[in-house]
Amino acid sequence: MQIGTDKVAEMARLARLELENDEIKALTVELSGILEYVAKLQQLDTTGVEPVSHALAVVNAFREDEVAPSLSREEALANAPVATGEAFVVPKVF
Amino acid sequence: MDIHQFTISQLAEQLTARRLSSREATEAVLDRIEATGERVNAYITVDREGALAAAEAADRRLATGGAPPLCGVPVAIKDLLCTKGVRTTGGSEILENFVPPYSATVVEKLQQAGAVLVGKTTMDEFAMGSSNEHCALAVPRNPWNLDYICGGSSGGSAAAVAADQCMAALGTDTGGSIRQPASNCGVVGVKPTYGRVSRYGVLAFASSLDQVGPLTKDVRDAALLLNAICGHDPRDSTSVHEPVPDFTAELGCGLAGLRFGLPREYFEVGLDEDVKKAVMAAIGQLEEAGAEVREISLPRTEYGVAAYYLIAPAEASSNLSRYDGVRYGYRDQDAQDLLEMYRRSRSRGFGREVKRRIIIGTYALSSGYYDAFYRKASQVRALIIEDYRRALQECDVIISPVTPTPAWPLGSKSDPLSMYLTDILTIPTNLAGLPGMSLPCGFSHNGLPIGLQLQAGHFREDLLLRAAATIEERLGFAGRRPRL
Repeated sequence: MQIGTDKVAEMARLARLELENDEIKALTVELSGILEYVAKLQQLDTTGVEPVSHALAVVNAFREDEVAPSLSREEALANAPVATGEAFVVPKVF
Repeated sequence: MDIHQFTISQLAEQLTARRLSSREATEAVLDRIEATGERVNAYITVDREGALAAAEAADRRLATGGAPPLCGVPVAIKDLLCTKGVRTTGGSEILENFVPPYSATVVEKLQQAGAVLVGKTTMDEFAMGSSNEHCALAVPRNPWNLDYICGGSSGGSAAAVAADQCMAALGTDTGGSIRQPASNCGVVGVKPTYGRVSRYGVLAFASSLDQVGPLTKDVRDAALLLNAICGHDPRDSTSVHEPVPDFTAELGCGLAGLRFGLPREYFEVGLDEDVKKAVMAAIGQLEEAGAEVREISLPRTEYGVAAYYLIAPAEASSNLSRYDGVRYGYRDQDAQDLLEMYRRSRSRGFGREVKRRIIIGTYALSSGYYDAFYRKASQVRALIIEDYRRALQECDVIISPVTPTPAWPLGSKSDPLSMYLTDILTIPTNLAGLPGMSLPCGFSHNGLPIGLQLQAGHFREDLLLRAAATIEERLGFAGRRPRL
Protein backbone atom coordinates (compact mmCIF):
# COMPACT_ATOMS: atom_id res chain seq x y z
CA MET A 1 0.00 0.00 0.00
CA GLN A 2 1.41 3.32 -1.10
CA ILE A 3 0.82 6.53 0.78
CA GLY A 4 1.76 10.04 -0.30
CA THR A 5 3.77 12.76 1.38
CA ASP A 6 0.54 14.70 1.99
CA LYS A 7 -0.79 11.83 4.14
CA VAL A 8 2.41 11.73 6.22
CA ALA A 9 2.26 15.51 6.64
CA GLU A 10 -1.34 15.20 7.82
CA MET A 11 -0.41 12.52 10.39
CA ALA A 12 2.47 14.69 11.60
CA ARG A 13 0.04 17.58 12.09
CA LEU A 14 -2.35 15.34 14.08
CA ALA A 15 0.55 14.03 16.20
CA ARG A 16 1.88 17.56 16.86
CA LEU A 17 5.15 16.91 15.08
CA GLU A 18 6.95 19.35 12.83
CA LEU A 19 8.86 17.45 10.16
CA GLU A 20 11.33 18.75 7.60
CA ASN A 21 10.56 18.03 3.95
CA ASP A 22 13.31 15.43 3.61
CA GLU A 23 12.10 13.77 6.83
CA ILE A 24 8.58 13.56 5.36
CA LYS A 25 9.94 12.10 2.12
CA ALA A 26 11.96 9.42 3.92
CA LEU A 27 9.07 8.55 6.22
CA THR A 28 6.72 8.22 3.25
CA VAL A 29 8.96 5.59 1.68
CA GLU A 30 9.47 3.72 4.97
CA LEU A 31 5.78 3.84 5.89
CA SER A 32 4.71 2.57 2.48
CA GLY A 33 6.99 -0.43 3.00
CA ILE A 34 5.64 -1.07 6.48
CA LEU A 35 2.01 -0.73 5.36
CA GLU A 36 2.67 -3.07 2.47
CA TYR A 37 3.97 -5.60 4.97
CA VAL A 38 1.13 -5.25 7.50
CA ALA A 39 -1.39 -5.69 4.66
CA LYS A 40 -0.69 -9.41 5.04
CA LEU A 41 -3.18 -9.33 7.92
CA GLN A 42 -5.89 -9.11 5.25
CA GLN A 43 -5.04 -12.72 4.27
CA LEU A 44 -6.66 -13.88 7.51
CA ASP A 45 -10.43 -14.21 7.72
CA THR A 46 -11.46 -12.49 10.94
CA THR A 47 -15.20 -12.46 10.35
CA GLY A 48 -16.93 -12.63 13.73
CA VAL A 49 -13.66 -12.50 15.72
CA GLU A 50 -13.92 -10.21 18.75
CA PRO A 51 -10.94 -7.82 18.80
CA VAL A 52 -8.67 -8.13 21.85
CA SER A 53 -7.14 -5.08 23.47
CA HIS A 54 -6.03 -6.82 26.65
CA ALA A 55 -4.62 -10.34 26.86
CA LEU A 56 -6.07 -11.21 30.26
CA ALA A 57 -9.75 -11.28 31.17
CA VAL A 58 -9.65 -8.43 33.68
CA VAL A 59 -12.56 -6.19 34.49
CA ASN A 60 -12.65 -2.69 35.90
CA ALA A 61 -10.53 -2.40 39.02
CA PHE A 62 -12.48 -0.36 41.53
CA ARG A 63 -11.29 0.87 44.90
CA GLU A 64 -12.59 3.04 47.68
CA ASP A 65 -12.27 6.74 47.02
CA GLU A 66 -9.91 7.56 49.85
CA VAL A 67 -7.65 10.51 50.37
CA ALA A 68 -3.98 9.48 50.18
CA PRO A 69 -0.74 11.46 50.13
CA SER A 70 0.22 12.90 46.76
CA LEU A 71 3.02 15.03 45.36
CA SER A 72 3.51 18.46 46.87
CA ARG A 73 3.15 21.41 44.51
CA GLU A 74 6.88 22.00 44.74
CA GLU A 75 7.66 18.39 43.68
CA ALA A 76 5.09 18.49 40.90
CA LEU A 77 6.60 21.68 39.48
CA ALA A 78 10.23 20.68 39.96
CA ASN A 79 10.71 19.34 36.42
CA ALA A 80 8.76 22.06 34.63
CA PRO A 81 10.73 23.85 31.90
CA VAL A 82 9.10 27.12 33.03
CA ALA A 83 7.05 27.60 36.19
CA THR A 84 6.10 30.22 38.70
CA GLY A 85 6.05 29.04 42.29
CA GLU A 86 2.49 27.83 41.84
CA ALA A 87 1.81 27.02 38.18
CA PHE A 88 3.23 25.74 34.88
CA VAL A 89 3.89 28.56 32.44
CA VAL A 90 3.20 28.11 28.71
CA PRO A 91 3.44 30.48 25.74
CA LYS A 92 0.27 32.29 24.70
CA VAL A 93 -2.36 29.95 23.31
CA PHE A 94 -3.07 32.01 20.15
CA MET B 1 36.64 -15.60 41.41
CA ASP B 2 36.39 -11.81 41.67
CA ILE B 3 33.58 -10.22 43.68
CA HIS B 4 31.96 -8.60 40.64
CA GLN B 5 31.59 -12.04 39.04
CA PHE B 6 29.31 -13.35 41.79
CA THR B 7 25.70 -14.26 41.11
CA ILE B 8 23.08 -12.93 43.52
CA SER B 9 22.97 -16.22 45.42
CA GLN B 10 26.76 -16.45 45.67
CA LEU B 11 27.00 -12.90 46.94
CA ALA B 12 24.08 -13.33 49.35
CA GLU B 13 25.86 -16.28 50.91
CA GLN B 14 28.98 -14.16 51.49
CA LEU B 15 26.95 -11.23 52.80
CA THR B 16 24.82 -13.17 55.26
CA ALA B 17 27.89 -15.00 56.56
CA ARG B 18 29.50 -11.54 56.95
CA ARG B 19 32.57 -12.69 55.05
CA LEU B 20 32.00 -9.72 52.77
CA SER B 21 30.22 -6.41 53.26
CA SER B 22 27.77 -4.86 50.83
CA ARG B 23 30.06 -1.84 50.75
CA GLU B 24 32.94 -4.02 49.52
CA ALA B 25 30.71 -5.72 46.94
CA THR B 26 29.31 -2.38 45.75
CA GLU B 27 32.78 -0.88 45.48
CA ALA B 28 33.92 -3.92 43.49
CA VAL B 29 31.03 -3.45 41.06
CA LEU B 30 31.63 0.32 40.80
CA ASP B 31 35.31 -0.37 40.10
CA ARG B 32 34.32 -2.85 37.42
CA ILE B 33 32.08 -0.23 35.82
CA GLU B 34 34.96 2.25 36.00
CA ALA B 35 37.37 -0.21 34.39
CA THR B 36 35.13 -1.53 31.59
CA GLY B 37 32.34 1.05 31.38
CA GLU B 38 33.67 3.04 28.46
CA ARG B 39 34.09 -0.02 26.27
CA VAL B 40 30.65 -1.50 26.95
CA ASN B 41 28.69 1.73 27.47
CA ALA B 42 25.85 0.00 29.32
CA TYR B 43 24.96 2.85 31.68
CA ILE B 44 23.39 6.24 31.10
CA THR B 45 23.76 7.17 34.79
CA VAL B 46 25.93 5.63 37.51
CA ASP B 47 24.82 6.67 41.01
CA ARG B 48 28.01 6.09 42.95
CA GLU B 49 27.05 8.07 46.05
CA GLY B 50 23.53 6.67 46.25
CA ALA B 51 24.84 3.14 45.81
CA LEU B 52 27.42 3.46 48.57
CA ALA B 53 24.86 4.96 50.95
CA ALA B 54 22.43 2.12 50.18
CA ALA B 55 25.24 -0.41 50.69
CA GLU B 56 26.00 0.97 54.13
CA ALA B 57 22.33 0.83 55.08
CA ALA B 58 22.23 -2.78 53.82
CA ASP B 59 25.27 -3.64 55.91
CA ARG B 60 23.53 -2.35 59.03
CA ARG B 61 20.52 -4.51 58.17
CA LEU B 62 22.68 -7.55 57.42
CA ALA B 63 24.36 -7.17 60.80
CA THR B 64 21.05 -7.71 62.57
CA GLY B 65 20.43 -10.99 60.70
CA GLY B 66 17.36 -12.25 58.83
CA ALA B 67 17.87 -9.94 55.84
CA PRO B 68 16.22 -10.99 52.52
CA PRO B 69 18.44 -12.52 49.78
CA LEU B 70 18.66 -9.28 47.79
CA CYS B 71 19.89 -7.24 50.75
CA GLY B 72 23.18 -5.56 49.86
CA VAL B 73 23.21 -6.85 46.27
CA PRO B 74 24.22 -4.32 43.56
CA VAL B 75 21.64 -4.22 40.75
CA ALA B 76 21.04 -2.03 37.70
CA ILE B 77 17.75 -0.59 36.47
CA LYS B 78 16.70 0.08 32.89
CA ASP B 79 16.36 3.82 32.41
CA LEU B 80 12.66 3.40 31.58
CA LEU B 81 11.86 2.87 35.27
CA CYS B 82 11.43 5.95 37.45
CA THR B 83 13.88 6.29 40.33
CA LYS B 84 13.10 9.05 42.81
CA GLY B 85 15.86 11.64 42.80
CA VAL B 86 17.90 9.81 40.14
CA ARG B 87 17.69 11.03 36.55
CA THR B 88 15.44 8.87 34.36
CA THR B 89 15.68 9.52 30.64
CA GLY B 90 13.86 6.69 28.87
CA GLY B 91 16.86 6.82 26.54
CA SER B 92 15.42 10.02 25.09
CA GLU B 93 16.74 13.54 24.67
CA ILE B 94 13.26 14.79 25.51
CA LEU B 95 13.78 13.53 29.09
CA GLU B 96 17.52 14.10 29.28
CA ASN B 97 17.20 16.13 32.49
CA PHE B 98 14.15 14.51 34.06
CA VAL B 99 14.50 13.66 37.75
CA PRO B 100 11.38 11.77 38.88
CA PRO B 101 9.65 12.84 42.09
CA TYR B 102 8.68 9.20 42.78
CA SER B 103 9.93 5.66 42.12
CA ALA B 104 8.37 2.84 40.15
CA THR B 105 6.76 0.21 42.36
CA VAL B 106 9.35 -2.38 41.28
CA VAL B 107 12.16 -0.02 42.25
CA GLU B 108 10.56 0.54 45.67
CA LYS B 109 10.21 -3.21 46.10
CA LEU B 110 13.88 -3.80 45.32
CA GLN B 111 14.90 -1.03 47.70
CA GLN B 112 12.68 -2.45 50.44
CA ALA B 113 14.42 -5.80 49.90
CA GLY B 114 17.71 -3.99 50.51
CA ALA B 115 19.06 -4.12 46.96
CA VAL B 116 21.69 -1.52 46.05
CA LEU B 117 20.85 0.45 42.88
CA VAL B 118 24.13 1.19 41.12
CA GLY B 119 22.76 2.94 38.07
CA LYS B 120 20.43 3.31 35.13
CA THR B 121 21.11 1.31 31.99
CA THR B 122 20.84 2.43 28.41
CA MET B 123 18.07 1.34 26.10
CA ASP B 124 16.44 2.13 22.78
CA GLU B 125 14.55 5.42 23.08
CA PHE B 126 11.28 4.75 24.95
CA ALA B 127 12.04 1.02 24.50
CA MET B 128 11.43 1.21 20.76
CA GLY B 129 14.04 -0.91 19.05
CA SER B 130 15.63 -4.31 18.66
CA SER B 131 19.30 -3.38 18.60
CA ASN B 132 19.71 -0.62 21.20
CA GLU B 133 21.13 1.63 18.50
CA HIS B 134 18.17 4.05 18.73
CA CYS B 135 19.50 6.01 21.66
CA ALA B 136 21.04 9.46 21.48
CA LEU B 137 22.48 9.16 25.01
CA ALA B 138 24.47 5.89 24.88
CA VAL B 139 24.73 2.97 22.45
CA PRO B 140 25.97 -0.14 24.29
CA ARG B 141 28.37 -2.66 22.81
CA ASN B 142 28.05 -6.41 23.10
CA PRO B 143 30.53 -7.57 25.79
CA TRP B 144 31.26 -10.72 23.73
CA ASN B 145 32.33 -8.67 20.73
CA LEU B 146 32.38 -4.91 21.00
CA ASP B 147 31.60 -4.45 17.30
CA TYR B 148 28.22 -6.13 17.69
CA ILE B 149 24.83 -4.99 18.97
CA CYS B 150 23.58 -5.97 22.41
CA GLY B 151 20.04 -6.25 21.17
CA GLY B 152 17.20 -4.18 22.45
CA SER B 153 15.54 -2.52 23.87
CA SER B 154 16.95 -3.53 27.29
CA GLY B 155 20.44 -3.75 25.78
CA GLY B 156 22.17 -1.85 28.58
CA SER B 157 20.73 -4.13 31.25
CA ALA B 158 21.80 -7.26 29.35
CA ALA B 159 25.28 -5.87 28.66
CA ALA B 160 25.76 -4.74 32.28
CA VAL B 161 24.91 -8.25 33.56
CA ALA B 162 27.09 -9.98 30.95
CA ALA B 163 30.01 -7.65 31.71
CA ASP B 164 29.69 -8.19 35.49
CA GLN B 165 28.91 -4.48 35.96
CA CYS B 166 26.07 -5.48 38.32
CA MET B 167 24.85 -8.77 39.82
CA ALA B 168 21.52 -8.49 38.01
CA ALA B 169 19.29 -5.94 36.32
CA LEU B 170 15.70 -5.07 35.53
CA GLY B 171 14.49 -4.57 31.99
CA THR B 172 11.15 -4.28 30.24
CA ASP B 173 9.70 -6.42 27.47
CA THR B 174 7.02 -5.15 25.08
CA GLY B 175 7.83 -7.35 22.06
CA GLY B 176 10.99 -9.17 23.15
CA SER B 177 13.00 -6.39 24.79
CA ILE B 178 14.21 -8.55 27.69
CA ARG B 179 14.53 -11.93 25.97
CA GLN B 180 16.22 -10.70 22.79
CA PRO B 181 19.14 -8.78 24.42
CA ALA B 182 19.46 -11.57 27.03
CA SER B 183 19.90 -14.01 24.13
CA ASN B 184 22.39 -11.74 22.36
CA CYS B 185 24.47 -11.14 25.50
CA GLY B 186 24.40 -14.67 26.93
CA VAL B 187 22.40 -13.99 30.10
CA VAL B 188 19.05 -15.17 31.49
CA GLY B 189 16.02 -12.94 30.90
CA VAL B 190 12.41 -13.40 31.99
CA LYS B 191 9.34 -11.60 30.70
CA PRO B 192 6.65 -12.36 33.29
CA THR B 193 2.94 -12.84 32.58
CA TYR B 194 1.21 -9.56 31.76
CA GLY B 195 -0.16 -8.20 35.05
CA ARG B 196 2.28 -10.15 37.25
CA VAL B 197 4.49 -7.13 37.84
CA SER B 198 3.37 -3.55 38.43
CA ARG B 199 3.91 -1.07 35.62
CA TYR B 200 3.46 1.91 37.96
CA GLY B 201 6.32 4.33 37.39
CA VAL B 202 7.44 2.66 34.15
CA LEU B 203 7.48 5.17 31.28
CA ALA B 204 4.68 3.78 29.11
CA PHE B 205 5.36 2.51 25.59
CA ALA B 206 2.52 0.09 24.71
CA SER B 207 0.48 -0.38 27.85
CA SER B 208 -1.27 -3.63 26.89
CA LEU B 209 2.10 -5.29 26.17
CA ASP B 210 4.73 -3.74 28.50
CA GLN B 211 6.03 -5.86 31.36
CA VAL B 212 9.01 -5.53 33.72
CA GLY B 213 11.32 -8.50 34.31
CA PRO B 214 14.79 -9.61 35.44
CA LEU B 215 18.05 -10.10 33.52
CA THR B 216 20.43 -12.27 35.52
CA LYS B 217 23.54 -14.46 35.43
CA ASP B 218 21.62 -17.66 36.11
CA VAL B 219 18.14 -19.11 36.51
CA ARG B 220 18.12 -19.10 40.31
CA ASP B 221 18.86 -15.36 40.34
CA ALA B 222 15.92 -14.76 37.99
CA ALA B 223 13.68 -16.62 40.44
CA LEU B 224 15.01 -14.51 43.33
CA LEU B 225 14.30 -11.25 41.51
CA LEU B 226 10.84 -12.42 40.48
CA ASN B 227 10.10 -13.21 44.12
CA ALA B 228 10.90 -9.59 44.92
CA ILE B 229 9.07 -7.77 42.10
CA CYS B 230 5.87 -9.77 41.44
CA GLY B 231 2.53 -9.06 43.04
CA HIS B 232 -0.58 -6.90 42.86
CA ASP B 233 -0.15 -3.14 43.08
CA PRO B 234 -3.18 -0.93 43.76
CA ARG B 235 -1.44 1.80 41.74
CA ASP B 236 -1.55 -0.29 38.54
CA SER B 237 -5.12 -1.29 37.70
CA THR B 238 -3.88 -3.92 35.21
CA SER B 239 -1.81 -5.75 37.81
CA VAL B 240 -3.53 -8.92 38.99
CA HIS B 241 -4.55 -10.47 42.30
CA GLU B 242 -2.68 -13.71 41.71
CA PRO B 243 -0.78 -15.45 44.50
CA VAL B 244 3.00 -15.21 44.08
CA PRO B 245 4.73 -18.53 44.78
CA ASP B 246 8.35 -18.87 45.89
CA PHE B 247 9.85 -19.16 42.42
CA THR B 248 12.98 -20.87 43.75
CA ALA B 249 10.95 -23.72 45.29
CA GLU B 250 10.84 -26.02 42.26
CA LEU B 251 14.19 -25.26 40.66
CA GLY B 252 15.62 -28.63 41.58
CA CYS B 253 12.51 -30.65 40.70
CA GLY B 254 13.68 -31.75 37.25
CA LEU B 255 11.51 -32.36 34.24
CA ALA B 256 9.21 -35.14 35.41
CA GLY B 257 5.70 -34.67 34.04
CA LEU B 258 6.62 -31.68 31.85
CA ARG B 259 5.58 -31.88 28.20
CA PHE B 260 7.58 -29.73 25.78
CA GLY B 261 6.19 -28.40 22.51
CA LEU B 262 8.30 -27.47 19.51
CA PRO B 263 6.35 -25.00 17.34
CA ARG B 264 6.85 -26.01 13.71
CA GLU B 265 6.36 -22.44 12.44
CA TYR B 266 9.22 -21.04 14.54
CA PHE B 267 11.63 -23.14 12.51
CA GLU B 268 10.28 -21.86 9.19
CA VAL B 269 11.39 -18.25 9.52
CA GLY B 270 14.82 -18.60 7.90
CA LEU B 271 16.78 -19.57 11.00
CA ASP B 272 20.52 -19.07 11.04
CA GLU B 273 22.31 -22.45 10.99
CA ASP B 274 24.21 -21.80 14.25
CA VAL B 275 20.96 -20.88 16.02
CA LYS B 276 19.23 -24.00 14.75
CA LYS B 277 22.16 -26.17 15.82
CA ALA B 278 22.38 -24.72 19.34
CA VAL B 279 18.63 -24.94 19.93
CA MET B 280 18.41 -28.51 18.64
CA ALA B 281 21.34 -29.49 20.85
CA ALA B 282 19.51 -28.10 23.88
CA ILE B 283 16.38 -29.99 22.88
CA GLY B 284 18.50 -33.14 22.53
CA GLN B 285 19.62 -32.62 26.12
CA LEU B 286 16.00 -32.38 27.22
CA GLU B 287 15.17 -35.65 25.51
CA GLU B 288 18.21 -37.29 27.04
CA ALA B 289 16.99 -36.13 30.43
CA GLY B 290 13.79 -38.04 29.75
CA ALA B 291 11.57 -35.15 28.74
CA GLU B 292 8.74 -35.61 26.30
CA VAL B 293 9.19 -33.28 23.30
CA ARG B 294 6.54 -33.13 20.61
CA GLU B 295 5.95 -30.95 17.58
CA ILE B 296 3.13 -28.43 17.94
CA SER B 297 1.67 -25.77 15.69
CA LEU B 298 1.18 -22.03 16.26
CA PRO B 299 -0.21 -21.39 12.78
CA ARG B 300 -0.62 -17.60 13.00
CA THR B 301 2.96 -16.93 14.15
CA GLU B 302 3.92 -15.20 10.91
CA TYR B 303 1.20 -12.55 11.43
CA GLY B 304 2.46 -11.50 14.85
CA VAL B 305 4.89 -8.85 13.63
CA ALA B 306 2.25 -7.21 11.43
CA ALA B 307 -0.30 -7.10 14.25
CA TYR B 308 2.29 -5.86 16.73
CA TYR B 309 3.58 -3.05 14.52
CA LEU B 310 0.07 -1.61 14.40
CA ILE B 311 -0.99 -2.23 18.01
CA ALA B 312 2.23 -1.13 19.73
CA PRO B 313 2.69 2.11 17.73
CA ALA B 314 -1.03 2.89 18.17
CA GLU B 315 -0.68 2.66 21.94
CA ALA B 316 2.63 4.52 21.82
CA SER B 317 1.24 7.40 19.77
CA SER B 318 -1.30 7.93 22.51
CA ASN B 319 1.08 7.37 25.45
CA LEU B 320 3.75 9.70 24.08
CA SER B 321 1.35 12.60 23.67
CA ARG B 322 2.20 13.48 27.28
CA TYR B 323 5.63 14.76 26.19
CA ASP B 324 4.53 18.27 25.30
CA GLY B 325 7.11 20.51 26.95
CA VAL B 326 4.73 21.73 29.66
CA ARG B 327 5.21 19.73 32.88
CA TYR B 328 8.58 18.04 32.30
CA GLY B 329 11.08 17.34 29.57
CA TYR B 330 12.55 19.41 26.78
CA ARG B 331 10.86 22.64 25.69
CA ASP B 332 11.67 24.71 22.64
CA GLN B 333 12.04 28.16 24.15
CA ASP B 334 11.65 30.21 20.96
CA ALA B 335 8.13 29.13 20.01
CA GLN B 336 5.67 32.00 19.65
CA ASP B 337 2.53 30.18 20.68
CA LEU B 338 1.40 27.00 22.42
CA LEU B 339 0.89 24.82 19.36
CA GLU B 340 4.25 25.77 17.91
CA MET B 341 5.84 24.99 21.29
CA TYR B 342 4.29 21.49 21.30
CA ARG B 343 5.39 20.77 17.75
CA ARG B 344 8.93 22.03 18.08
CA SER B 345 9.57 20.49 21.50
CA ARG B 346 8.37 17.08 20.36
CA SER B 347 10.13 17.22 16.99
CA ARG B 348 13.46 18.17 18.52
CA GLY B 349 13.14 15.98 21.60
CA PHE B 350 12.13 12.70 19.93
CA GLY B 351 14.48 10.63 17.81
CA ARG B 352 13.79 9.22 14.38
CA GLU B 353 12.41 5.78 15.37
CA VAL B 354 10.05 7.28 17.94
CA LYS B 355 8.65 9.74 15.41
CA ARG B 356 8.27 6.93 12.89
CA ARG B 357 6.20 4.89 15.33
CA ILE B 358 4.09 7.87 16.41
CA ILE B 359 3.23 8.47 12.75
CA ILE B 360 2.40 4.75 12.14
CA GLY B 361 0.26 4.68 15.27
CA THR B 362 -1.53 7.89 14.43
CA TYR B 363 -2.27 6.50 10.97
CA ALA B 364 -3.53 3.13 12.33
CA LEU B 365 -5.92 4.93 14.68
CA SER B 366 -7.06 7.68 12.34
CA SER B 367 -10.56 8.00 11.02
CA GLY B 368 -11.07 5.89 7.90
CA TYR B 369 -8.16 3.55 8.65
CA TYR B 370 -9.05 2.34 12.13
CA ASP B 371 -11.06 -0.72 10.99
CA ALA B 372 -8.57 -1.83 8.35
CA PHE B 373 -5.55 -1.48 10.64
CA TYR B 374 -6.03 -1.22 14.40
CA ARG B 375 -9.25 -3.25 14.61
CA LYS B 376 -7.94 -5.90 12.20
CA ALA B 377 -4.69 -6.21 14.18
CA SER B 378 -6.67 -6.61 17.41
CA GLN B 379 -8.69 -9.41 15.82
CA VAL B 380 -5.52 -11.15 14.66
CA ARG B 381 -4.27 -10.79 18.22
CA ALA B 382 -7.32 -12.82 19.29
CA LEU B 383 -6.42 -15.52 16.74
CA ILE B 384 -2.85 -15.70 18.03
CA ILE B 385 -4.15 -16.10 21.60
CA GLU B 386 -6.40 -18.92 20.33
CA ASP B 387 -3.33 -20.62 18.75
CA TYR B 388 -1.59 -20.62 22.13
CA ARG B 389 -4.70 -21.88 23.93
CA ARG B 390 -4.78 -24.92 21.67
CA ALA B 391 -1.03 -25.53 21.76
CA LEU B 392 -0.89 -25.33 25.54
CA GLN B 393 -3.40 -28.16 25.78
CA GLU B 394 -0.80 -30.40 24.16
CA CYS B 395 2.25 -29.19 26.07
CA ASP B 396 3.29 -27.30 29.20
CA VAL B 397 6.32 -25.46 27.92
CA ILE B 398 6.91 -24.18 24.39
CA ILE B 399 10.56 -24.34 23.39
CA SER B 400 12.16 -22.47 20.49
CA PRO B 401 14.87 -20.05 19.44
CA VAL B 402 14.60 -16.45 20.76
CA THR B 403 15.74 -14.78 17.56
CA PRO B 404 16.31 -16.00 14.01
CA THR B 405 19.99 -14.95 14.12
CA PRO B 406 22.68 -14.12 16.69
CA ALA B 407 23.67 -10.47 17.24
CA TRP B 408 24.63 -8.52 14.11
CA PRO B 409 27.36 -5.89 13.64
CA LEU B 410 26.57 -2.39 14.91
CA GLY B 411 25.21 -0.18 12.14
CA SER B 412 24.57 -3.00 9.69
CA LYS B 413 20.76 -2.92 9.63
CA SER B 414 19.24 0.37 8.52
CA ASP B 415 15.86 -0.60 7.07
CA PRO B 416 13.18 -0.36 9.81
CA LEU B 417 11.12 -3.30 8.54
CA SER B 418 14.05 -5.73 8.50
CA MET B 419 14.77 -4.65 12.09
CA TYR B 420 11.12 -5.23 13.09
CA LEU B 421 11.21 -8.75 11.64
CA THR B 422 13.97 -9.79 14.05
CA ASP B 423 11.27 -9.84 16.76
CA ILE B 424 9.17 -12.45 14.96
CA LEU B 425 9.71 -15.18 17.59
CA THR B 426 9.25 -13.01 20.70
CA ILE B 427 6.31 -10.76 19.77
CA PRO B 428 3.54 -13.41 19.96
CA THR B 429 4.26 -13.97 23.69
CA ASN B 430 3.46 -10.32 24.44
CA LEU B 431 0.36 -10.26 22.24
CA ALA B 432 -0.96 -13.20 24.31
CA GLY B 433 0.30 -11.83 27.66
CA LEU B 434 2.19 -15.06 28.39
CA PRO B 435 5.40 -15.48 30.37
CA GLY B 436 8.53 -16.16 28.33
CA MET B 437 12.23 -16.40 28.98
CA SER B 438 15.59 -16.70 27.33
CA LEU B 439 18.52 -18.70 28.62
CA PRO B 440 21.95 -19.28 27.07
CA CYS B 441 22.12 -22.47 24.96
CA GLY B 442 25.22 -22.07 22.83
CA PHE B 443 27.49 -19.90 20.75
CA SER B 444 27.74 -19.04 17.07
CA HIS B 445 30.83 -19.94 15.01
CA ASN B 446 32.20 -16.45 15.75
CA GLY B 447 31.67 -16.68 19.48
CA LEU B 448 28.37 -14.81 19.94
CA PRO B 449 25.83 -16.15 22.46
CA ILE B 450 22.61 -17.88 21.36
CA GLY B 451 19.51 -18.09 23.55
CA LEU B 452 16.79 -20.66 24.00
CA GLN B 453 13.24 -19.39 24.44
CA LEU B 454 10.71 -20.99 26.78
CA GLN B 455 7.06 -19.94 26.95
CA ALA B 456 4.26 -21.25 29.17
CA GLY B 457 0.65 -20.55 30.10
CA HIS B 458 -0.44 -17.47 32.06
CA PHE B 459 1.15 -17.33 35.54
CA ARG B 460 3.26 -20.45 34.92
CA GLU B 461 6.66 -18.81 35.38
CA ASP B 462 7.29 -21.71 37.78
CA LEU B 463 7.28 -24.16 34.87
CA LEU B 464 9.63 -21.98 32.82
CA LEU B 465 12.09 -21.70 35.68
CA ARG B 466 11.93 -25.38 36.54
CA ALA B 467 12.64 -26.40 32.95
CA ALA B 468 15.30 -23.70 32.59
CA ALA B 469 17.15 -24.79 35.74
CA THR B 470 17.48 -28.32 34.39
CA ILE B 471 18.56 -27.21 30.93
CA GLU B 472 21.05 -24.77 32.44
CA GLU B 473 22.57 -27.49 34.59
CA ARG B 474 22.91 -29.91 31.69
CA LEU B 475 24.32 -27.37 29.23
CA GLY B 476 26.72 -25.73 31.68
CA PHE B 477 26.81 -22.26 30.07
CA ALA B 478 25.79 -20.32 33.19
CA GLY B 479 29.32 -19.50 34.38
CA ARG B 480 30.62 -18.37 30.97
CA ARG B 481 31.56 -14.72 30.77
CA PRO B 482 33.16 -12.66 28.01
CA ARG B 483 36.77 -11.51 28.38
CA LEU B 484 36.90 -7.76 28.63
